[in-house]
Amino acid sequence: MIKFRLERSPAAVWSKALIPVVAVLVTFIITSIFIILAGANPFAAYYNFIIVPLSTKFSALEVLVKATPLIFTGIAVTFAFAAGYYNIGAEGQLYAGAVAAAWVGATFTNLPPIAVVPLMLVLGFLGGVLWALIPALLKVKLKVDEVVTTLLMNSIIMYIISALLNGPWRDPETGWPKSPEFFEAARFIQLIPRSRLHLGFVIALVVVIIVYLIIKRTPLGLQMRAVGASKAGAQFAGINVNRTMLIAALVSGGIAGLAGVSEIAGIHYHLISELSGGYGYTGIIVATLGGLNPIGATIAALFIGLIDTGAQTVSRVLGVPVYLGDVVQSTLLLITLGMLLFQNYRIKRI
Amino acid sequence: MGDFLVDLIAATLRIATPLIFATLGELFCERAGILNLGIEGTMFFGAFTGFTAASLTGSLWLGVLTALVGGMLSGLIMSLFSVRLGVNQHVSGLGVTLLMTALSLFGFRVIFGENRILPSIQPFKQLSIFSESPVLGPIFSQYTLTYIAIALIPIIWWIVFRTNFGLNLRSVGDNPEATDAAGINVYRLRTIALVIGGALMGVGGAYLSVAQLGSFTFGIVAGRGWVCIALIIFANWHPIKVLWGALLFGGVQALQSRLQLTGLKLPYELFLALPYIVTIIALTIAGRNASYPAALLKPYKRE
Repeated sequence: MIKFRLERSPAAVWSKALIPVVAVLVTFIITSIFIILAGANPFAAYYNFIIVPLSTKFSALEVLVKATPLIFTGIAVTFAFAAGYYNIGAEGQLYAGAVAAAWVGATFTNLPPIAVVPLMLVLGFLGGVLWALIPALLKVKLKVDEVVTTLLMNSIIMYIISALLNGPWRDPETGWPKSPEFFEAARFIQLIPRSRLHLGFVIALVVVIIVYLIIKRTPLGLQMRAVGASKAGAQFAGINVNRTMLIAALVSGGIAGLAGVSEIAGIHYHLISELSGGYGYTGIIVATLGGLNPIGATIAALFIGLIDTGAQTVSRVLGVPVYLGDVVQSTLLLITLGMLLFQNYRIKRI
Repeated sequence: MGDFLVDLIAATLRIATPLIFATLGELFCERAGILNLGIEGTMFFGAFTGFTAASLTGSLWLGVLTALVGGMLSGLIMSLFSVRLGVNQHVSGLGVTLLMTALSLFGFRVIFGENRILPSIQPFKQLSIFSESPVLGPIFSQYTLTYIAIALIPIIWWIVFRTNFGLNLRSVGDNPEATDAAGINVYRLRTIALVIGGALMGVGGAYLSVAQLGSFTFGIVAGRGWVCIALIIFANWHPIKVLWGALLFGGVQALQSRLQLTGLKLPYELFLALPYIVTIIALTIAGRNASYPAALLKPYKRE
């Protein structure tokens, strides 16, 4: 009889690549229970989940539309987590970026797109940085736990958005709580006619490449990874841990801010309080699935985008609540977390 | 002025109740060395299961009991990842929150469908103790769950500081290696702590749906779990101080809703944000002297 045993050593590359695939399969098996409870056939559900969205050009492009904000927030979380800074505030930073963009998009009506789009991106980035600043400073100056403060900042900005939308930005004609419509030049161009895919997707990919280069090829990236691996070790090696974490936290906030710019300038053209469907929190799933690697995060964002699109199909065709998508995503996060442990083990034949 | 104060104190207790339950729950988890960020989702799941069971069976207390069991389940899931598998507690905790939230939303739609009118139940009535007195009457006209929450504080203080279980709990959160060497099963103890903690969080969530609202809305918990994560640091992991923290938050919350009525020319949303801002400030001040359980966030691996 052939016997196997687990040995503690880094897993082979092929088996590391297998982890996400197995995690997806296990997730699908577990979530089948909920599909059955909702009175649907799991096979039909997964067919509508995965295959149907990719079978027409329009819905395949819709996957990219859904993935766009997740690429931004996934990269934002990756950037902070890589340096050991647990930024859970991407959701709030996204809204801060959106507020900045909403202001630009309704104010500078006589600027051409070539000026207004960069202005929006810069101010949106700064909005995210600003919203990340208080928790980051409290962390490095006073050692206040950033997890708690970034979470609380998410709650605070929702009230500010609500105050803006019910106050100065309330639509004067309809009375709806939404900011003034963007003028034409401030709206992102559509990449493909008759689809919703917009410039934000391209910007997201550019951000992925820049962040990849920063993390893998620059001294800052090296310092970030050192701090992320061990703060004490990094300190010993002469790295300024606080400065590194501060930069990682602020850049992370800025990238999350860009997600807000992209959603508002690419899809909605006005600020609403439901702008983000929890994209900031989903960014944590994306970053984890992607193994805190920008390229991995991008692939993960595309997959989650597929699940988001598929959940709507399943809901429409089979009448299963659209929240099945959230169940699949969160289960996948937990299963992947568990499976990642296997990357430290090898299966040996004895 | 007297009426205003009486009213304010009564409202403060009402608002503080779910925070007391959930923060005491978090206390068990963190004293055992596990940061349970699943708290927000566990409260949400408690609100959902509590409401659903109460609505289907017609018994409010069965609703509370179901939420308690639901919270235990959530704690068990958290323990599988953070204790048995020893993965990152930040991410697994958020994962549990996302999962329990998703399951609640999904379950609510499966059971109640997509109604235009929000399903509702007749919630708990408030229980008057001194119904004759003009001052104590309104203050002690509270839900039974509020009295239970307050009674739990000395009980949990006694469990944590005066029992063998409490001693083991504290030592497993400070030095799991030594605890293990003393012959105590670290995994089991941490799992028990998470299950107890989850039960309390579940009841805290159920209070919102079964006592306060009488319905289940998607924004029912609204970040209260995160406030509890801050309160436990503010309380320095001490049950008695949990009460002060919860009363502080509840007091600011109760005050803001009364300040709105005074006609100050400020957007009411800024008042709503005030308790969260105060929480950050309180955390900054109190957090500097916080003595974290030494093994918090450190997964234990038996070699």
